[in-house]
Amino acid sequence: MKFDTPAQTNPIDKMAVVGRPVDRIDGPLKTTGTATYAYEHREAINPAYGWVIGSAIAKGTLRWLNLNEVKAAPGVIAVVTAQDAGPLGKAGRNTAKLLGGPEVDHYHQAIGVVVAETLEQARAAAALARVEYVRAGGQFDLVQALATASVVDDSGKPSAPEIVGTFDTAFAAAPVKLDAEYTTPDHSHAMMEPFASIAVWNNDELTVWTSNQMIDWGRGDLAKTLNMPKEKIRFLSPYIGGGFGGKLWLRVDAVLAALGAKAAGRAVKVTLPRPFMTNNSTHRPATRQRIRIGASLDGTITAIGHESGSGDLPGGGPETATAQTRLLYAGANRLTALRLAVLDLPEGNAMRAPGEAPGMMALEIAMDEMAEKLGMDPVAFRIKNDTQVDPAKPERRFSQRQLVRCLTEGAERFGWSRRNPKPGQARDGRWLTGMGVAAAFRNHLNGTSAARVHLDASGMVTVETDMTDIGTGSYTIIAQTAAETMGVPVEAVSVKLGSSDFPVSVGSGGQWGAASSTAGVYAACVKLREAIAQKLGFDPASALFEGGFVRSGNRSARLGEAAAQGRLTGEDKIEYGELGKTWQLSTFGAHFVEVGVDAYTGVTRIRRMLAVCAAGRIINPKSARSQVIGAMTMGVGSALMEELVVDKRFGFFVNHDLASYEVPVHADIPHQEVIFLDEADDKANPMKAKGVGELGLCGVGAAVANAIYNATGVRIRDYPLTPDKYLDKLPPLV
Amino acid sequence: MKAFTYERAKDPVAAARAVAGRPGAKFIAGGTNLLDLMKIEVEVPTHLVDVQDLPFDKIEQTPEGGLRIGALVTNTDLATDERVRRDYAVLSRSIVAGASGQLRNKASTAGNLLQRTRCPYFYDTNMACNKRKPGSGCAAIGGFSRQLGVIGVSKSCIATFPGDMAVALRLLDAVVETIDAKGKTRAIPIAEFHMLWGDHPEREFALAPGELITAVTLPQPLGGKHYYEKVRDRASYAFALVSVAAVIQPDRTGRVAFGGVAPKPWRVEAAEALLPQGAVAVTAKAFAGATPTKDNAFKLPLATRALASVIAQAKA
Repeated sequence: MKFDTPAQTNPIDKMAVVGRPVDRIDGPLKTTGTATYAYEHREAINPAYGWVIGSAIAKGTLRWLNLNEVKAAPGVIAVVTAQDAGPLGKAGRNTAKLLGGPEVDHYHQAIGVVVAETLEQARAAAALARVEYVRAGGQFDLVQALATASVVDDSGKPSAPEIVGTFDTAFAAAPVKLDAEYTTPDHSHAMMEPFASIAVWNNDELTVWTSNQMIDWGRGDLAKTLNMPKEKIRFLSPYIGGGFGGKLWLRVDAVLAALGAKAAGRAVKVTLPRPFMTNNSTHRPATRQRIRIGASLDGTITAIGHESGSGDLPGGGPETATAQTRLLYAGANRLTALRLAVLDLPEGNAMRAPGEAPGMMALEIAMDEMAEKLGMDPVAFRIKNDTQVDPAKPERRFSQRQLVRCLTEGAERFGWSRRNPKPGQARDGRWLTGMGVAAAFRNHLNGTSAARVHLDASGMVTVETDMTDIGTGSYTIIAQTAAETMGVPVEAVSVKLGSSDFPVSVGSGGQWGAASSTAGVYAACVKLREAIAQKLGFDPASALFEGGFVRSGNRSARLGEAAAQGRLTGEDKIEYGELGKTWQLSTFGAHFVEVGVDAYTGVTRIRRMLAVCAAGRIINPKSARSQVIGAMTMGVGSALMEELVVDKRFGFFVNHDLASYEVPVHADIPHQEVIFLDEADDKANPMKAKGVGELGLCGVGAAVANAIYNATGVRIRDYPLTPDKYLDKLPPLV
Repeated sequence: MKAFTYERAKDPVAAARAVAGRPGAKFIAGGTNLLDLMKIEVEVPTHLVDVQDLPFDKIEQTPEGGLRIGALVTNTDLATDERVRRDYAVLSRSIVAGASGQLRNKASTAGNLLQRTRCPYFYDTNMACNKRKPGSGCAAIGGFSRQLGVIGVSKSCIATFPGDMAVALRLLDAVVETIDAKGKTRAIPIAEFHMLWGDHPEREFALAPGELITAVTLPQPLGGKHYYEKVRDRASYAFALVSVAAVIQPDRTGRVAFGGVAPKPWRVEAAEALLPQGAVAVTAKAFAGATPTKDNAFKLPLATRALASVIAQAKA
């Protein structure tokens, strides 16, 4: 199905199932511990256990690697290093090699895997590896590295700043202006389920059970890494315990399980222990951002500039933190630029809402600061500078943009009018209290997505697609889509996901999964409807599918009758034309936060949060709400505690476990509310839906920071906002 | 994790003998700290003597009017004991400020006292650490030290003792009772139990090899208002940046001890005598001679402010 004109009325619009808060169909499996995660599959008979050896240095070479004691240790079956593995390919989506040696590119880069009869034996044996390194100097300091970094485009290629109008003169001439620097630290995905894979070879065919957001990318990249045909690999990931972008890529676990299994001649399981994950895998890169905003006295932005610098290993890419600034606010004169430095830290890459998440953390503090300079309410200042068109190309309109409604309805619901605009005034016992607001913005991305749908004689509908459910609710919304399109209850739909045996979907990431994967399922269901109608002698265009029957005029037939002689199958994919270029597809929202800051200790505790989201049709308000409250929680983490600390002497993230890299716990998140505006975006896809899982994160950090400012009068531009950064500015002790 | 042998002790002296007679042997009770460290080979015992069957799981009145807490009383049982909540509320509050419900169900009183530091360089076996490997150096000095010690530290080690319960025990002048391989018992004042690092940060506790903790005794109740103010970046399940244990009497005198700042619970009796003069006077004295790093210098004003909040609450 080609989607190249706005969606007309279609079977989804009935919204008998779609749009309802259907419980997660995989919920009982999750809550009873019976959903099978990557490390738990029992189809692989008699597996051995792999344990990864990581580099103890950040940059240099292995002078020698003595594995004699490892090989002689009890239970050891095989040891694989780069030398044993032979020449390996490297997929374009991986920046650093997954199996290092003799060159080492980052701390905890894998340099080998030990395979033994038990996990304990493999772990104990791996600790016996004797490695001597030759350390090389590395660059681990982002500030230093950025001093000589040049401007790049979003993909990391040399470029020039993007300028609209004449930014410099307009900024210089503005009567009210802000020029400030903001910093965000490196972040860890810190997902619950660690990286894990089981690999088993059958002659030259490889089966891998893994935990990966993108089945087809992972399969193809594993084939490329192992120099084998993609068709010879089965890549399976039916349940995933979180990823947040960390599992978009092929990682060490799958590669070393495959190499270990080959060497051992049997199935091998590999998981990464938590303290090894942070430096071995990817992270959200730190940024240093400069924002300049100029406005006329009435609050009209006349110049807006946003520059961001980040670092990555050679060949890596930038954190695209200026993305939203191109589109979020009006302003005739604009400048955005990304700088990319070379760092020898572990690989930087996508983490939930890459670009916008750290970009909005900076931009939305800047907007708060500007509003104060102008003497305007921060909600009113944002509304004043709303735009319904792409500011750089005014002929491109937003397909649907209700930012203003998000802000006004949110302000009303939250009781924004009770906020004292003068900071440091509100007090509740020992707590200084304050409210903050930020806009939410994240682009909507479409992608080709295929599915196959079967109908059997009992009327049961089975959907197959390689789409993944990373805890988001994919199983459920796909079932809802098929149920709606086929006119059957959700209970009559069986959903099979996460297997390379199935048609290639858009996968999970970039908040693109829900809308495009369901659109692909819709396309396949339309094909199946045609097949059913044909089989039963109905006109496919006029036949109604409802209540498990097909009807036309006075005639009706049970759906299953069409499959009486054998199951019927519809297969198709959704493909996108130019609508996403003609129109700007984005999602919008507003975040409101109330905090208390302890006047004595400076500790900030969240009191309540509200998100208002405008993201097209919400396919399942229950799972969408779960996504948004989870994202808001992550936003609180980024505001108050999350930071991978770089040891610039040794070049690694020091706090590489979950005791020292703190993420919010339940006690940090007392009250959250989410409102979805009733929307349907006909330019987006036949579902008229857009992404929402990352929108819920974008802006939260700044809303917290702005609330802290409102509470204390102390402006912090350096995340996370921990007490040590403003203790000396709090009210003096009496 | 290195392979180890395991035995379950039947009586205290046999347990002490089993550890004393064997280099590399260690006691295990709840295991909430030891097992994690064994998995990453920071701890590499060759033999574990499990003491959980020993009869140390009771809280009893002492003839002196205090409480004798068995070494194996769980953190949960201790924190919820009616007598503790009534008469030693600071102890109860310090315990529930630490770890999580699940860990407190498993962790023992003696084990809590014996927990190791949370210095990140101690946890990473690629890094130099005098505590983990004597003489190898200290990677934390000059490194990331936001959580680390500001006073009582040394040129060999700037780690802290990370616990909460011990801070309250120090405030209450608890006594640690032990038994050794010969059946000899000893009473160690809590003030002497945790050692300053000096040149030997590998020596953390005033225990001889194989010496087994049997109980912790509390003297008579102090009365007054009890506080445990724990400052941390998140609301729960985090180690203290700074904590303050205090008992404040109606005449504004009292006791105060600090956690998260030193190799041991930090109580300076001459400093707490200044409580009626306010927090600034107390901490100026308590932290005289502090040697903070750039990363953790904030702990000094934070300690003052945290104590000020306690004093303000006591006045209210």
